[in-house]
Amino acid sequence: MKNILFELKESLIISLKAIWSNKVRSILATLGIIIGVWAVTLMVTANQGIDKSFQEGVASMGSDNLYIDKWSWFNNDIPWWELRNRRDIRMEDYERFQELVKLPIAVAPMKYTFSEIKFGSEIVEGISIVGTTHEYINTTTLNFDAGRFFNELESNGGRNVVILGFTIADKLFPNGNALDNYVKILGKKLKVIGVLSEQGSWVMGAFNPDNQAFLPIEFSLKNFAGDRFGGITILVRAPNSMMVDEVEQESIGAMRKVRGLRYDEMDDFSINRQDGLLSEIDSTMGVLGAVAFILTGLGLFVGGIGIMNIMFVSVKERTREIGIRKAIGAKRRTILGQFILESVIICMLGGLIGFILTALSSLIMQQFLPVTVNMNIVIITFILSSLVGITAGLAPAYSAAKMDPVDALRYE
Amino acid sequence: MNIINIEHIAKIYEVGLEEVHALRDVSLRINKNEYVAIMGPSGSGKSTLMNILGCLDTPTHGIYQFKEKNVSIMNDNELATIRNKEIGFVFQTFNLLPRSNALHNVELPLIYAGKVKHDRIERSQKVLENVGLGDRMHHKPNELSGGQRQRVAIARALVTDPAIILADEPTGNLDTKTGEDIMALFNDIHEQGNTIILVTHEEYIAKHAARIIRLRDGLIETDEIVKDRYIPKRNNLSKV
Repeated sequence: MKNILFELKESLIISLKAIWSNKVRSILATLGIIIGVWAVTLMVTANQGIDKSFQEGVASMGSDNLYIDKWSWFNNDIPWWELRNRRDIRMEDYERFQELVKLPIAVAPMKYTFSEIKFGSEIVEGISIVGTTHEYINTTTLNFDAGRFFNELESNGGRNVVILGFTIADKLFPNGNALDNYVKILGKKLKVIGVLSEQGSWVMGAFNPDNQAFLPIEFSLKNFAGDRFGGITILVRAPNSMMVDEVEQESIGAMRKVRGLRYDEMDDFSINRQDGLLSEIDSTMGVLGAVAFILTGLGLFVGGIGIMNIMFVSVKERTREIGIRKAIGAKRRTILGQFILESVIICMLGGLIGFILTALSSLIMQQFLPVTVNMNIVIITFILSSLVGITAGLAPAYSAAKMDPVDALRYE
Repeated sequence: MNIINIEHIAKIYEVGLEEVHALRDVSLRINKNEYVAIMGPSGSGKSTLMNILGCLDTPTHGIYQFKEKNVSIMNDNELATIRNKEIGFVFQTFNLLPRSNALHNVELPLIYAGKVKHDRIERSQKVLENVGLGDRMHHKPNELSGGQRQRVAIARALVTDPAIILADEPTGNLDTKTGEDIMALFNDIHEQGNTIILVTHEEYIAKHAARIIRLRDGLIETDEIVKDRYIPKRNNLSKV
């Protein structure tokens, strides 16, 4: 054991000397590895960042929420035409459901309308307008920059009040005095009574609260679209994440009662859960990650071939040196170790530089993704570059080790 | 004492479909502290014999006993160990590592022998001083003259205190004067009790040895004691 460590140490010194005396070539050979490691680690970093921002975005929807809907969001076991033929969920369903369930801390109906919002000459387009009740705010973790959510009275009366998401308010009222102004939605005037604080995640698009406006569902059903058009979604919030399953079971029972289903009839509604969205995202990210890994891995592979090539050249060029070393007593494994180590060191060097580049580029990426360079990246870099080094160095090192000393010494 | 004992060795190379008999039937013994020159025209098999004597190659037939160990049946690694511990090579083209300084070149066999750094440096410095290069230790080969390079190579050969020094045309790349200095150095090394085998094709160089073995067509032609041996004037080499 001591002997092997000793040989390793000596080989290390010999290899370092050899690399140092071929500086330019070593750097050029390293370039492929630098770029390969850079690509792989940057991709992993970005992937982690995107994943994280999805998680954050989804969490901003409220993590303990269930969505009872005619449509199933993710489960594609039921064909779409059957989903389409289901009865819409109406406000009456919501009201009866609300009376039947005991576990949720809040139950709110939701009716989406997509429209533009105007204030004077300013227009914000493509906004999802959520008609709901005062209960809605209890299903979220939203905060206010100014004002408040609408109350029970305003909700039941279907009053013309609206709460604006941060981005909308910011565009319509750049000076920040949105409260008590009247904005126009589909020709109706609504008074701004609240502005939400910024959520910041770009992931959820139109479903990001930053790009949403909230108003009483009575108002939207009366003025925009009747509930006959598409129906509503019932939002159910469980008291905590441990109870989501229980709440789901209770909701299924209550909903079957509301819909008057017999024991042998299938559910004609779906309970959608956020973890469905998360697992969907996970599987999508998994595929994306795998593809990205293969593509960037290809870069690293090419880099590895570059190293192998340079090592073959190096072995050929140093045939005489190998002959000398063998003549004065270097064993096969000593020569093998020397060249593999050389290749590993070159790759590690490339890995180190690639890692530094990744760390630097992640600083730039932080502008739009919540990325961090963590220990995983360091480990990935270390393992990848030593693996490439060993693989690329093996064949050249073996060809050096098995050289015949007589031929090697005679080599010109 | 018998260091080298060769009995009826032959070396056959296969070149294409033809068999080339580089050595046909060679037997010889070399004792401790002998100074032997091996001579012969090119194609006589002297390089092949030298490679076999140096454990760089093994004979096709016959037995080669080195210090009573049968080298003919050894594998690569065992041969490497013998070369490292028992044989010091001096080549015509010096064969130093070009990018390493004199000290590191001399140190190299000790690295492969597994000696610790401190001992290696101490021993290498001593040997280099002894061949008269005390002030050139940190020079690289290209910063040294031909004679100095050959001295580094001789120091490298001596550093492990081997059983034989095997010198292949050691003066072939040197001018006459420098060659003479190197031959004087070999003479000193011999007088300190070392065994030297010198391969050369120059009669004049061979005459420095005490015994000349002449090869022709893979066979020993003559093997005789040199009567008019040329002994160069002494260097002031001290024993290391």
